[in-house]
Amino acid sequence: MTEQLDAGLVARQIAESGRLGAPDGGHEVGRARRRKEDARLITGRTTWTDNIQLPGMLYVAFLRSPMAHARITRVDVSAARAQPGVVAAYSGRDVAGEQGSLPCAWPVSEDVVIPDHPPMAVDEVRYVGEAVACVVATDRYRAADALESIEVDYEPLEAVLDMTEALAEGGPKVHETGNQAFTWKFSGGDIEAAFRDAPVVIDRTYVQQRLIPTAMEPRAVVATTDGGAFTLYSATQIPHVLRVMLALTTGIPEHRLRVIAPDVGGGFGSKLQVTAEEVLCLLLTRRLGKPVKWTESRSEGNMTVHHGRDQIQRISVAADRDGRIRGVRVDLLADMGAYLMLVTPGIPILGAFMYNGIYKMDAYDFTCTGVFTTKMPTDAYRGAGRPEATFAIERAVDELAHELNLDPIEVRRRNWITHQEFPYTTIAGLTYDSGNYEAATDRALALFGYDKLRAEQADRRDRRDPVQLGIGVSTYTEMCGLAPSRVLGSLSYGAGGWEHATVRMLPTGKVEVVTGTSPHGQGHETAWSQIVADALGVPFDDVSVLHGDTAIAPRGMDTYGSRSLVVGGVAVLRACEKVRDKARNLAAHLLEAAPGDIEFAAGEFRVRGTSEGRTIQELALAAFAAHDLPEGFEPRLDADATFDPENFSFPHGTHLCAVEVDTETGAVRIRSYVAVDDVGSVVNPLIVEGQVHGGIAQGIAQALFEEAVYDTEGNLLTTTMADYLIPSAADLPEFVTDRTETPATSNPLGVKGVGEAGTIASTPAVVNAIVDALRPYGVRDVAMPCTPERIWRALGGDGAAAGWAGPTEPEGGAR
Amino acid sequence: MPRITVTVDGIRYEEEVEPRLLLVHLLRDRLGKTGTPVGCDTGNCGACTVMLDGRSAKSCSVLAVQADECDVVTIEGLGRDGELHPMQEAFRTEHALQCGYCTPGMVMAAIDLLRDDPDPSEEAIRQGLEGNLCRCTGYCNIVRAVRRGAQEMSGEEVRTS
Ligand code: FES
Ligand code: FES
Repeated sequence: MTEQLDAGLVARQIAESGRLGAPDGGHEVGRARRRKEDARLITGRTTWTDNIQLPGMLYVAFLRSPMAHARITRVDVSAARAQPGVVAAYSGRDVAGEQGSLPCAWPVSEDVVIPDHPPMAVDEVRYVGEAVACVVATDRYRAADALESIEVDYEPLEAVLDMTEALAEGGPKVHETGNQAFTWKFSGGDIEAAFRDAPVVIDRTYVQQRLIPTAMEPRAVVATTDGGAFTLYSATQIPHVLRVMLALTTGIPEHRLRVIAPDVGGGFGSKLQVTAEEVLCLLLTRRLGKPVKWTESRSEGNMTVHHGRDQIQRISVAADRDGRIRGVRVDLLADMGAYLMLVTPGIPILGAFMYNGIYKMDAYDFTCTGVFTTKMPTDAYRGAGRPEATFAIERAVDELAHELNLDPIEVRRRNWITHQEFPYTTIAGLTYDSGNYEAATDRALALFGYDKLRAEQADRRDRRDPVQLGIGVSTYTEMCGLAPSRVLGSLSYGAGGWEHATVRMLPTGKVEVVTGTSPHGQGHETAWSQIVADALGVPFDDVSVLHGDTAIAPRGMDTYGSRSLVVGGVAVLRACEKVRDKARNLAAHLLEAAPGDIEFAAGEFRVRGTSEGRTIQELALAAFAAHDLPEGFEPRLDADATFDPENFSFPHGTHLCAVEVDTETGAVRIRSYVAVDDVGSVVNPLIVEGQVHGGIAQGIAQALFEEAVYDTEGNLLTTTMADYLIPSAADLPEFVTDRTETPATSNPLGVKGVGEAGTIASTPAVVNAIVDALRPYGVRDVAMPCTPERIWRALGGDGAAAGWAGPTEPEGGAR
Repeated sequence: MPRITVTVDGIRYEEEVEPRLLLVHLLRDRLGKTGTPVGCDTGNCGACTVMLDGRSAKSCSVLAVQADECDVVTIEGLGRDGELHPMQEAFRTEHALQCGYCTPGMVMAAIDLLRDDPDPSEEAIRQGLEGNLCRCTGYCNIVRAVRRGAQEMSGEEVRTS
């Protein structure tokens, strides 16, 4: 295996990306700027939604179903109303006429069933934690106390927990229409031909366990009204989408509804939702005429913030003896939970185009069945569909390598799209615009010391060391930068994927940028300032970025799907270009030159070949004064732009993980983790690295630690942070990260999006490493999370004493 | 209702509190000290960490009445004369925060860690911060920030207010 880094290649790519401006040239883009956001975050001067106190504010608490599935026969809130400090108490039936149904914006197929989803259950509850009644009181303690006085009678119905059983005839139904939510099929090429007579077929089933996103800030909502207009503060990723959906759901006219996302403490997809609590807080403030606040407790949140993943994936790979992949077939069961929420059914579909990964093949076939169960609905969680797809193909390719007795890197090399082949239209119909898998992989192998670790592995195997070494490979790509509106339309999504920006030169020469993205940790204020500083030639500190309030930033599609820079950042750049054009015309007028003779550099417009010029700040003041403007020139130096991308963006990279597995205890230790990502051109390397770190941590967490567990009655057992284990610093290693830069060709910044890449890549790298360590024992899979107990059981329940099958013996599957 | 006297970020407060009121709710809801957030209800996340008489404590796991006659320092009281505490500065320099929700507690826990071990290894930092969870950063930069903070503070007496 080559450990020689192709330095020339990497250098060329970095040079190519230099069109953005190099860090040493006085340019902002590409610099590791410290974040503007941090000043308030490190001093506690933040505005989390729960911090907001309004005069006369009331506090809301929800009574939640203790049953997974039951008919509600009686709810009596009268005793709660009599409690001290209680202002109101309502059952679902009390608000049935006005609460509407929570929306699903992604009816993926003709056959999709979208059941009625009342924010508070009226006749039936379908998961533990579903709201059945609420109390409004003068403080949060009293509201919680009064819940105990509410009486609810339930008539238990059978829980539906297992997807396969749910689809069988004659079992209990979650909804009257049955348990199938939809079916969705997609194919490219002749899949029968690819599998017919294929010399090797790998056929595996993987389980994507259910996860709880666990943003550190619990959800919170504040709603207030002056009698005519409404303001909703929410810990949300999507103030704009939320405003539209709430107007449609509650009937409050859109122009009377303002939605504000103040400081938001992480989301990871979990705050990409229209929640029952948001709808109900609006209704409560409308009924009571007072501001209301609701803040969830963590245990409430674990039950009722939408969950992620939860799929059963059957994947078959047909290949030739030399390792060439002929085709991939995927049959997916996706657990929707009890209802279809905002984009619930679309999540597995976002993965449908990714099971072919970075590989060339003749045919691909994908089928997905969405299944209702009596659990919390699933929806977007970091990566949303793409981590699942990447896991399945990267695990299966490792199995193929093992079957053919080839190095896993070698099998990948024989199948991946080479850098000369871009742009490349895949068997799933996407056109990958750019990439260089060879460069990222070579760099990762060099940083990792691949050959040396393989030698150590061989040595440990020879010695039958009870602590075995495993090496896991994940060469991923993903589709992000959501998304071209026409593509979303063709997938039946209810909205577009554009993004909006406004750039305003103020009279004093400072710049206000309004963005439709809605950051909650991603550092847009800093990155957008860097883009604007370069585009307008103004100081970084002279730019401020406004966002997250529909009255201030009226147009936007918000933040998810690694879209903010790729779509929103480009909108900012486009708006700057328009401002520059206007300024050029004004400068030409004032300098009595033709606009074509005006050059722009470093914030100054000059007549070509002269020292005559005007700075952009001078022009901003001239536009404001409006004393001497060109004919028809409006007295302002502003512009806005809406950008709709022509394609997704396709970050890629190679992640390598080395684990030590103690075969006597099942304990796993990550010995080293190397990630080389190619996210195209980079605006702020510090922020990119941070996103990669956090992403890797969440992907490792799925591989090793996290799982939402329901018991056989449908009770969630992992309701607290003591039960649902998100990793601490002590659970994770240092990550070695690096980048190659192959600029995207689909946008003028050359950027690709980085929010989800780490999570998408890391889960299969870790599990591949664990399985690799255990291959001599005949182990070919360990279900996630790979806890010591599961590993110990995979070893036959008696650890290292289990059969030593030999280091390279294939487990069958060849024909 | 019990009456308590508590000093928070240098200001003395006298408050009547229900015996069950949590210190974190006293800080946030009564005293307006909203810089200290709440991340869980089981004492696991550490978001609410403050200094209680000079040592870090999870303010969601302390009753307000237990803080009677105590000195509390929150993230809001950490800087002095408009200057950031070296640990706050180190978090910024090393990009050790993204959403920032865990940051007040993390900074407090990091400062407390240095009292016992002024020059902690990476391993010691990871173990020492086990009670403070961050969902955004993957901890690499937090570890770097604590190392940097330790260097900045070496020689100084560890400052907690
Ligand atoms: S809020 Fe989680 S430990 Fe205090
Ligand atoms: S920075 Fe978001 S939880 Fe730590």
